[in-house]
Amino acid sequence: MARHIPWILIAIVGAVALSVVAVSRGEAVNALWIVVAAVSSFLVAHRYYALYIARNVMRLDPARATPAIRRADGMDYVATDRAVLFGHHFAAIAGAGPLVGPVLAAQMGYLPGTLWIIAGVVLAGAVQDFMVLFISMRRDGKSLGELIRMEMGQVAGTIALFGAFMIMVIILAVLALIVVKALAESPWGMFTVAATVPLAIFMGVYTRWIRPGRIGEVSVLGLAGLLAAIVYGQSIAQSPLWGPAFTFTPVQLCWILIGYGAVASVLPVWLLLAPRDYLSTFLKIGAIAALAIGIVIMAPPLRMHAVTQFVHGGGPAWSGSLFPFLFITIACGAVSGFHALIASGTTPKLIASEADAPIIGYGAMLMEAFVAIMALVGASILDPGIYFTMNSPAAVIGTDAASAAAAVTAMGFPIAPDLILQTAKDVGEHSIISRAGGAPTLAVAMAEIFSHVVGGPAMKAFWYHFAILFEALFILTAVDAGTRAGRFMLQDLIALAVPGFKDTTSPLPGFVATGLCVAAWGFFLHQGVTDPLGGVNTLWPVFGISNQMLAAIALMLATAVLFRMKRDRYAWVTMVPTAWLLICTLSAGWLKLFSADPKVGFLAHAANFSEAAGRGAVLAPARSMAEMEKIIFNDRIDAALCGIFLAVVLSLIFFTIRACLAARRADQPTAREIPAALAAAE
Amino acid sequence: MSGFLLRLRQIARAMVGAPDYGAYLRHMRAHHPDQPVLSEVQLFRDRQEARYGGKNGGKCC
Repeated sequence: MARHIPWILIAIVGAVALSVVAVSRGEAVNALWIVVAAVSSFLVAHRYYALYIARNVMRLDPARATPAIRRADGMDYVATDRAVLFGHHFAAIAGAGPLVGPVLAAQMGYLPGTLWIIAGVVLAGAVQDFMVLFISMRRDGKSLGELIRMEMGQVAGTIALFGAFMIMVIILAVLALIVVKALAESPWGMFTVAATVPLAIFMGVYTRWIRPGRIGEVSVLGLAGLLAAIVYGQSIAQSPLWGPAFTFTPVQLCWILIGYGAVASVLPVWLLLAPRDYLSTFLKIGAIAALAIGIVIMAPPLRMHAVTQFVHGGGPAWSGSLFPFLFITIACGAVSGFHALIASGTTPKLIASEADAPIIGYGAMLMEAFVAIMALVGASILDPGIYFTMNSPAAVIGTDAASAAAAVTAMGFPIAPDLILQTAKDVGEHSIISRAGGAPTLAVAMAEIFSHVVGGPAMKAFWYHFAILFEALFILTAVDAGTRAGRFMLQDLIALAVPGFKDTTSPLPGFVATGLCVAAWGFFLHQGVTDPLGGVNTLWPVFGISNQMLAAIALMLATAVLFRMKRDRYAWVTMVPTAWLLICTLSAGWLKLFSADPKVGFLAHAANFSEAAGRGAVLAPARSMAEMEKIIFNDRIDAALCGIFLAVVLSLIFFTIRACLAARRADQPTAREIPAALAAAE
Repeated sequence: MSGFLLRLRQIARAMVGAPDYGAYLRHMRAHHPDQPVLSEVQLFRDRQEARYGGKNGGKCC
């Protein structure tokens, strides 16, 4: 009993903090309450729930050889110390998602997002990562697609692979859109991000020939270059010659990014991708740690309301009511299907002992949820007037400080035009109006927090551009790496119809697949950039739906595996989160397709516009008949995409139920694990 | 380097998928003493290609 006492105390602290966050109204709540509530919930969940899953559901066996032991080759399969592997796994799963979703979700107030992140990660997100790691670890580190094929059949595996490719396309488009939103009309930001390309190439040459393999050294050099670029960027932006040269409209940036993606993803990896990954990984970890320390030192009060009127829908940053749309807006951080690809990637090939699986699979996801909590805190310590000025589309609040202040004040968040102008000036930008996408909002918050700790108000502009650079850097890495991964997925898929398309001796299939992949995400990026409602409004929910659907697929695989292991009585561990994700994603997908509210439903929106076009009217925000046609076309594409995702998930529900029923009829386990005897003998 | 710094270095290298050459050499000596080993630079390049070539599913969102 005595060993439980510290945990009981942590649970009590967490419960107190959570009730302060949930119950306080009227007076300002300190942000640390949210942090304390989250951290204590995570500690208790890891100590008890992860252990319960490890002991009872999975029955982990530390004596059983992992793939790293059984197939040790010193290269792909290497038994790795668990602290080192935790770093590897966390760096692979933590991306831009947990920083963006919570910022967007703050439009409903800080409370709904906080509760969903905490409950979601404990019961769904961390369980998913942990289960997939377990399943892959028992099968030589096979990938998600192969696992589904092994346990649920060939057709289910192919459908899942196709779904994963579509999700990749949407992720790349939405990430690229965030970069466009952050860098448009911002010569300072554009210069610093552009400077990373020659910098990374220098680093690539250095690690290739000058001092091969010296990653630490070259990263320090790179970091020095980055800081110089941020400092120097201010004078570039102010220069009458160079300022305009680095100022781009969103559409120009969109084409620059598409061109960049096409070229970068066929360059040798050591030249640009690998060195920039070193920079972005270390910068990301450093910035996350600094943000945590900054929040603790500053202990800022939350200025956003606990719950805003937008829980009923009608919010400016994204449309729809709390259920189901909050649960797809915060995907990464609460539960992220994409992690299933990582947990069945390199990590299961490196894990040294089954006893390490809880801290890696469950623990690293809790850490990502903590990052999401910090992003939510960041958005919530800003003046809500500033928050809504930055996150409302120009179609709603206009493009100058006076109109924005009037519109946002009318929403119920009073703000003076002077404050909007002053905030833009503080962070060294021309304007902060309608900078949707989450990254700029988070950057303003980080500038607030960092400048409180280091440098004071004079450093705000530096820290703002530091934050933008850090987000843009790892998004660009993701775009580049994702295009390469998408290319191989596509080659696998096309090879099903055209044998020989996987041929790696001829460069042609590779180029064709790369081109198709860039064209696919480029299409959605262009659509988002030219979307009069700001793009994020349209694309983020589609991304959220697709990511949560992948999570549902991974959890369905886990459920099928538990049935096939004859552990039906523990299958609720995965069935409960599966059910919740299916309810959220299927209803969100359904609403996005068929809602009568044109702000939510793609088809209703298209019908509105085509009806108006039929009588020759031009509806705002379109300015011509051609723009009307384009909006209608885009709506229909988005609707088709939602339909595809729904079909993928519905068919996998069918395969899961079939696999579970077959497993129940069998009188012994049918899961296709590497047998324990074999795993022990070799 | 002290033990703590060495460990930080290992973690940082693992975050970007850089290989531990010592571990590779130990593995080769123990299991394949008859086979030729890659040099540190060859191993680094091989692992870089394996990590970033795109067959590992890319980065997360």
